[in-house]
Amino acid sequence: MMDMIQTESLRFAYPADEGQNPVYALRGVDLAIERGSFVVILGHNGSGKSTLAKTFNAVLLPAGGKVYVEGMDTLDQDLLLAIRQRVGMVFQNPDNQIVANVVEEDVAFAPENLGVPTEEIRRRVDDALKAVGMDEFVTHAPHLLSGGQKQRVAIAGVIAMEPACVVLDEATAMLDPVGRKEVLSTVHRLNREKGITVILITHHMSEAEQADRVIVMNDGRVDLDGMPEEVFSQVAHLRHLGLTVPDTVDLLDRLRQNGWDVPLDALGVEECAAAVAGAVKKS
Amino acid sequence: MPILEIQHLTHTYGVGTPFQRSAVEDVSFTVEKGEFLGVIGHTGSGKSTLIQHLNGLLKPTSGKILLDGNDIWAEPKKIRAVRFQVGLVFQYPEYQLFEETVYKDISFGPRNRGKTGEELDHAVREAARLVGLRDEHLEKSPFELSGGQKRRVALAGVLAMEPKVLVLDEPTAGLDPAGRDNLMANIREYHRHKNATILLVSHSMDEIARNVDRILVLKSAHILMSGTPAEIFARGPELLAAGLDVPQITKVAMALRDRGLPIDPAVYTVEALERQLLALKRGGAPC
Amino acid sequence: MLKDITLGQYFPGNTAAHRLDPRTKILLVVLYITALFTAGSFYAYGLMAAVLAACVRISKVGLKALVRGLKPVLFIIVFTGVLNLFFTPGEEGLLWAWGPLHITISGLRNAAFMVLRIMLLIMGTFLMTYTTSPISLTDGLERLLNGLKRFHVPVHELTMIMSIALRFIPTLIEETDKIMSAQKARGADFESGNLMEKAKALVPILVPLFISAFRRADELATAMECRCYHGGEGRTKLHVLRYERRDYVALSLGILILAGVIAMRAFGL
Repeated sequence: MMDMIQTESLRFAYPADEGQNPVYALRGVDLAIERGSFVVILGHNGSGKSTLAKTFNAVLLPAGGKVYVEGMDTLDQDLLLAIRQRVGMVFQNPDNQIVANVVEEDVAFAPENLGVPTEEIRRRVDDALKAVGMDEFVTHAPHLLSGGQKQRVAIAGVIAMEPACVVLDEATAMLDPVGRKEVLSTVHRLNREKGITVILITHHMSEAEQADRVIVMNDGRVDLDGMPEEVFSQVAHLRHLGLTVPDTVDLLDRLRQNGWDVPLDALGVEECAAAVAGAVKKS
Repeated sequence: MPILEIQHLTHTYGVGTPFQRSAVEDVSFTVEKGEFLGVIGHTGSGKSTLIQHLNGLLKPTSGKILLDGNDIWAEPKKIRAVRFQVGLVFQYPEYQLFEETVYKDISFGPRNRGKTGEELDHAVREAARLVGLRDEHLEKSPFELSGGQKRRVALAGVLAMEPKVLVLDEPTAGLDPAGRDNLMANIREYHRHKNATILLVSHSMDEIARNVDRILVLKSAHILMSGTPAEIFARGPELLAAGLDVPQITKVAMALRDRGLPIDPAVYTVEALERQLLALKRGGAPC
Repeated sequence: MLKDITLGQYFPGNTAAHRLDPRTKILLVVLYITALFTAGSFYAYGLMAAVLAACVRISKVGLKALVRGLKPVLFIIVFTGVLNLFFTPGEEGLLWAWGPLHITISGLRNAAFMVLRIMLLIMGTFLMTYTTSPISLTDGLERLLNGLKRFHVPVHELTMIMSIALRFIPTLIEETDKIMSAQKARGADFESGNLMEKAKALVPILVPLFISAFRRADELATAMECRCYHGGEGRTKLHVLRYERRDYVALSLGILILAGVIAMRAFGL
């Protein structure tokens, strides 16, 4: 089956000031994002993670190499709408992506643009709001909602296009812990129940724990790529990249340095406690 | 005498309308000189309303705020003077930058305080140094800087007023882990060197746990609990029941206790839990 | 506080006033304003006030909210009233005079009419914005002005700009509040000083506000493109505007009332 998104030696540079060499934000990225997967892309500020995300639906176009969305080349102008309909994007600031004064009107914005018939828009809006658990807020004014609720409306606005993939570009960065949880559980549910591919860009390590795959970006390249357990067990390397590891892994790492026989990949609180308790009782 | 004393503070929004609601209700606490106090609570718990009273941006519906023992509202006309004594740094403070250069922006506060000449220059440079800005940054436009650096400029803008008390509302919100650690290191450094009094408002239990001497937990306009981090996190189950988080490592400690290991419930740092586990394994009494 | 401004606010509801087609409501407001400027007697103004009262009643928007809407224009109302009161030409029915100032019966009448006219006009318009969501209001406007597209008037773009502006009013008000607080926390003084100093004190608010507005505009544009926005062409609507029987009834009533006011004027009532 065709991959959801595929990049081939993707390069990208932001325009530089006159007389200066452009700085490459992406310097050769080869990735294939599998359909239906939940992928988290981590990296410190300036690592290229957000730039990468914006190439996934042709907001930014490759300066070298290619990006394919379900086989469609993002450089092909004629495919622009088709690509954006397949890959929805949710951004960081909830206030700056809500177009309308009423929740349902905002969710309807994309299908309206796509020329979807009225009855079908109605169905999609209702379904999308139900899918993000905001169906009680159909006629509310978005500016009165909490941050987490606004982001869920933004997600609904994207889901209403019936995309195959949703990219969240640091969409949790401005939220409080409650809002962050709301958004995370929402996208996990969409991934599980609707089979939507989710690509979550973040610098919160804890959000990566339940992903299928974690990609760590550094200096415009893919630095680490694997299951969360594999990636997080590279404690020293992650620290070197300016990222932190979950406290559970930190603890296990310290215990191992003291000669304990505990695994490094027990990310969750319960797994970690089980591993530690087992090691204590063994002696 | 405590540097700040909050007595029975209540703030009610929309008095006499159907939307009437108390954001802060009968809250009392004191802050000692040199103390690093953490304030934690959900959005809507009253944190923001509370801190805007400390420098007189909001006027209490009832109750008093004493700064060095004096009621800050004793002479309402002089309330502006209080703003220089209690420096308040809002969330995402980089959105308040407006001057052509970093230097000018940092000097806005101290100039408002009436500082000029060498005194002003010294205050600006000292504040810039405290937040880790280099001299070469000072003549740049603040809008050329990275997000993390902009935040430092905004923080320096408040530090340059040389306040007695510094109130920080979510100073690390939106920064990446390295940015967060660096900024908190600067703030700790400022606290240590100047013996400064700091109130840190945060959503992050981990950030609070690692930095402060004492914690106030706010919930629904009231103080739910207050005490040292060890005292607060020893009541982990209570915090969780109130819908608040505890540091991840405290959760691990709780899970270990559930498994019958004699772990001190007041553990909230990785180092402390590591020490206890090592002691346990050696067969010694956990310290 | 800036947040208290109710300008252009929408109070959701499901009354007959809310359910009317926005085009009907815009046309009714136009009719109402025309009638207001035609009215020339206390009877006519009485009728206009009664009509408004009936509409307020139907809409279930509290009279209080409507009166609060007058607050920002209070100065204009008072100013107009005073101007008419003292400076209406003519000597007939002189009640009081002092130098160039004089109060006459017709001056009193004029002042009362003008004040009534402005108040009714504002309350009538506000009643429309209170009962019509900005989206359907701009929708209605777009449809009403559709004919102008033939003359290359960018009707869709203009109404889109309007609806986004309305959408961002509360956001920007909130932001202004925040920036003001932040600058006050740095000792900014917005209250004292002469006019020049006061104007200068606004710089620390306006600069961040503009920068943020541009950033928001930029991000919003990207977000809209990501949601496949590509102009008005081929767009469909969640809510399609359709005239119902109630719209015809309301419009007929509106025309009747206007005709009544014209008749009253013609007969000197």
